[in-house]
Order: sequence, then structure tokens, then C-alpha cells
Amino acid sequence: MSELIKKTAAELVELMAKGEVSSVEVTQAHIDQINKVGDAVHSFLFTSPETALATAKEVDRRRAAGESLPTLAGLPIAVKDNLTTTDAPTTAGSKILEGWVAPYDATVVTKLRNELMPILGKTNLDEFAMGSSTEFSAFGPSKNPWDLTRIPGGSGGGSSSVVSSFQSPLAIGSDTGGSIRFPGAVTGTVGTKPTYGAVSRYGLIALASSLDQIGPVARNVLDAAYLQDVIAGHDPHDSTSLTQSLGSMVAAAKRGSLKGKKFGLIKQLSGAGFQQGVQNRFAEAIKIITDAGGEIVEVDCPSFDYAIDAYYLILPAEASSNLAKFDSVRFGMRVTPEGNPTIDKVMAATRELGFGPEVKRRIILGTYALSAGSFDKFYGAAQKVRTLIQRDFDNAFAKADILISPTAPTTAFKFGEKVADPLAMYLNDIATIPANLAGIPGMSVPIGLADEDNLPVGIQFLAPNYQDAKLYEVGAALEGILEGIWGKRMIDFAPNLEVK
Amino acid sequence: MSEITPDLVRHLAGLARIDLTEDEVIRFTEQLSVIVDSVAKISNIIDADTPATSHPIPLTNVFREDVVLPSLTQEQALSGAPDQAQGRFRVSAILDEE
Repeated sequence: MSELIKKTAAELVELMAKGEVSSVEVTQAHIDQINKVGDAVHSFLFTSPETALATAKEVDRRRAAGESLPTLAGLPIAVKDNLTTTDAPTTAGSKILEGWVAPYDATVVTKLRNELMPILGKTNLDEFAMGSSTEFSAFGPSKNPWDLTRIPGGSGGGSSSVVSSFQSPLAIGSDTGGSIRFPGAVTGTVGTKPTYGAVSRYGLIALASSLDQIGPVARNVLDAAYLQDVIAGHDPHDSTSLTQSLGSMVAAAKRGSLKGKKFGLIKQLSGAGFQQGVQNRFAEAIKIITDAGGEIVEVDCPSFDYAIDAYYLILPAEASSNLAKFDSVRFGMRVTPEGNPTIDKVMAATRELGFGPEVKRRIILGTYALSAGSFDKFYGAAQKVRTLIQRDFDNAFAKADILISPTAPTTAFKFGEKVADPLAMYLNDIATIPANLAGIPGMSVPIGLADEDNLPVGIQFLAPNYQDAKLYEVGAALEGILEGIWGKRMIDFAPNLEVK
Repeated sequence: MSEITPDLVRHLAGLARIDLTEDEVIRFTEQLSVIVDSVAKISNIIDADTPATSHPIPLTNVFREDVVLPSLTQEQALSGAPDQAQGRFRVSAILDEE
């Protein structure tokens, strides 16, 4: 394995800036790794080695000419396939969009292009980001590089498996109920859901518009900070985009400190009922935080017991509305039944064949939650629970600077374990969902391996709205202490992928 | 017990324009019954005075100047269409012949 692909994004950027390695070399090393392990891990739905190398060449030429370049220029990246790209297909993991090429770039993609980052390809996801395992991708699941018989998390399992198998130093994810953080936890990588509105959603194929947020996927906290700083910022194309700057995440990560901060241990998510190995690593992390001068306080968030229920009403309701656009008229698949069907019948036939089971299930659930007889009882009630969850967070953040919990109740599960039981699948998101309902930023950082299965465990940090920098500050500090204890980085524990 | 019946699933699928198979109707009736029974417990913790939240960040009246900005060309807008004619999206009949 090339030494280059094992380096962090920050290290590669420094090497390129010093002229010790070219962007073409860095990009080619990752393309070689994609060629080597790509089929086994199945992270990508589309790869674009030629355009990536063309960008790399351009960066090398401009660097040689002495031009001043953006910070991450020449550093390759992968993009989740629910962001639109004009030079590659965008499927959102669905048959209904197979082969579609968007007429415009997502704002985040434009920012990556302006940063001169070679885009290696589009990563796999559960269809329209509905799922926790990538098993609902119409194009087959991605695998967890730690154990190829297990899920890489979802919906962003393509992006998490790409960075954890060294096919790319960085990737873009999107998080509606944990789709960046859960995959991060189960693959031993770092993922951040920024404050709602911190990153433009323009060109993100919407799942649930009041919950969706784009964020960075990386192998360590500093690398994630570099990427968040590139993709964040106001965008007039997204009316929910924040107008204020949230500051430099890189500066916060470099500052890295736990000392004097109050960490709120969420009573409802303190680990009871979670896998024993998850509880053990989480307890150790708490001890490390305390030893480093952080203070632990318990906080009570009683309405979190209802968060999943509210989420699985709000999300399907918004999704059923957002996915109405897939109507066989303007883009994507069209299935015309026999005879002389009306457009209604064409739509119904197209959506039956174009959508997979989880998407249909959620559209029908959402249609029910929004229907006249049940609106108050379901959708209206769920919006009230959302208020209660926000109040719980307000009370908790009055006592603590940062809230902590395990990111997920278990380590990576096996393929097929939960796919037939929607409720069991939904429970994976128990710790990540409240942040989306309240809009607040959250980050998952690896804290070691579970005793019983040697698979990665993550801690989740949550901060008040607009205070993403706090996540990077404490995340980088904890990561640094853990790496000191281990004598290596978390990802160095991952087994070498031996593929033919 | 949940009020989800096969007829209700067929009705909802009709509203959502999805031509479900009978197997799917049966499976979704079972699965949605379990989900709906579970999520219905949210009514336990709310009351009439609890305000609803539709959006996580308070934002109101996000406007821009009413001026023409660059947008997709007609060709770009039609580029992904399954069928088109004379610069427009082409679809089958809106109304039944009967």
C-alpha cells in the first residue's frame, strides 16, 4: 500500500505545499487504491479518475508557476451521490434517477471545484439517504472495511467506507438523522453534522428539508475541520443558509482543549441498554475527559424518549412531499404501462418500479401522517415534540458547554440483520436524531474498539447552535490523548484489506 | 391497535401515485401498523399548549431583490426529460378518454 494514502489530509496538503509531492502523485495513489479495493468495498457508484487527474495536473502546473492556491488545492475528495454534479451522474442511490446528469452543480461541489480539489467520484448511499446501512441502495450495499460482512453505516456508508479504506482522504456526507455520524462511528472515522444552515443545501437532493445538513467525513478531527471550513458559508441559493460565519474550525481543532469545560452526560443516552463494549469505551472516554480537566455533569432530557417517534413522522412527511418531484416528467425514469395510459398511471407505474421498499414505506407513512384525519394526531404532535426536545437541549446547555453520548447503541451489525425490521433499523439513530430535530451541530469521534467484536466505537459531542467550533476543540483534544495512549491512530487498528 | 388496513394502504398509495403490488400492500400494512402503533405514543407528552416547531433555526422572510438572475437555459432544463417536444416536456394524456 502506498504510504501516501495513509497520510492525513493535513499532512498531504503540507507535503504538496512544500513541493515534496505533486497532486498528480497524491491523486494517482488514491486511484490505485480504488482500483485495488474498490470492487470489494463497493464505496463508489461512479468514479472519475480522468477528471480528477486533470484537476491535479492543473494544480501542479499552477503551483509550479508560483501561483497562490487555495488551502486544500490538489487534495482528492469523494462526494456523496445525493449532491448534483454536471460532469457525473447523480442517482441518490435510486433506480428512478439512474443515468441522470444534473444541469447544475450543488453549491458544495462548486466550492470543491473552486478549491481545486480533484473529485474522485460519487459515493454510495441508502436510496435517497433513507437507511442506516446502505442495504437500501438500489445498487447494492457498501462494505465495512473493518469486516466486509458488516454494514459501513448509513445512509453515508459509501463516504465512510471510502475514507476508512484509504480510497480518499476526505469525503462529503449528508446527515438527516445521523447519516454522517453513525457511519463515522462504525468505521472508526470522524463525521460532523454542522449547525443547520451552516452549509448550503443547494443541489442536495432533499430528503427532509428541515433536518438535512451536509458535512465533512474524514479520518481525524483536524481533517474534518479543514473540509468544514471549505464547504461552510452563506449561499443566496439556499434560503435557510446562515448569514453569519461560525469561525474557523481548523483554529478550534488546533487549539484542542478539554480543560475547564462542562460536559453534560445525557441521562437518556448514557449507555443503558447499549452494547457492553460501547458502554466500556464510553466510560473510559469520560475518565479521560475528567483527567484532562473537564467536568462531567448529568443532564436530563426526558423528551428524548420520544425523539425517534417524532422523527419517523416528520421525516416521512417531508420526504413524501420532497419525493413528489419524481413524477416521470422532468427527469429520471419513465415507465409507460400497456395500452394508452393517462399521465397518472404512468407516474404510478414509474414510482412503483423506480423506488425501493424503504422509500415506498416512508412515502406512504408520510402521506398518512399528513392526511386530513391524522394530521393533528401525528404530524402536528411530532412538531410539538420537536419543541420539547429543543427545550430539553436549552436546559441541558444551561448546565453544560458540550453534551456527550455514545454515537450509536451498537458497533457495525451484519448485513441482513435488521433489513426486514424497520423499527429495529430506526433504533440505530436513537442518539443522533435529537440533534437534527433541534438543528444543533454534532460530531462522532472514534474512541476505540468494543471488547466483544473488536469493532470501532464512537463518542458523540453535541454543541449549541452556531457553536460547531466547540466540537472541533474538544474532539481534537480527546483524539490527541487517545492517540497518545494507543501510540497510533484509530484507523491504524483497521485490518489491512487483502483483496486479489 | 392501529387503524392501518390494506384498503387504507391502497388509498395512501393512490394519493402518493405508487402502483403497489398486492404483496407490498400486505407487507406495508403489517409494517406500518407496527410503526404507527409505536410512534403514536408521542401524544403522551404533549398538550394543547405546546407550540409546534416546523424549523430548527428561527428564520423569517428571507427575501432577495426582485431582479432577473442567470438561470437554466431551456435546453438545460429539458436535458434530463424522458420525453420532450417543441422545447417542452412531453407527457401522455392528462384525462382519461372515457
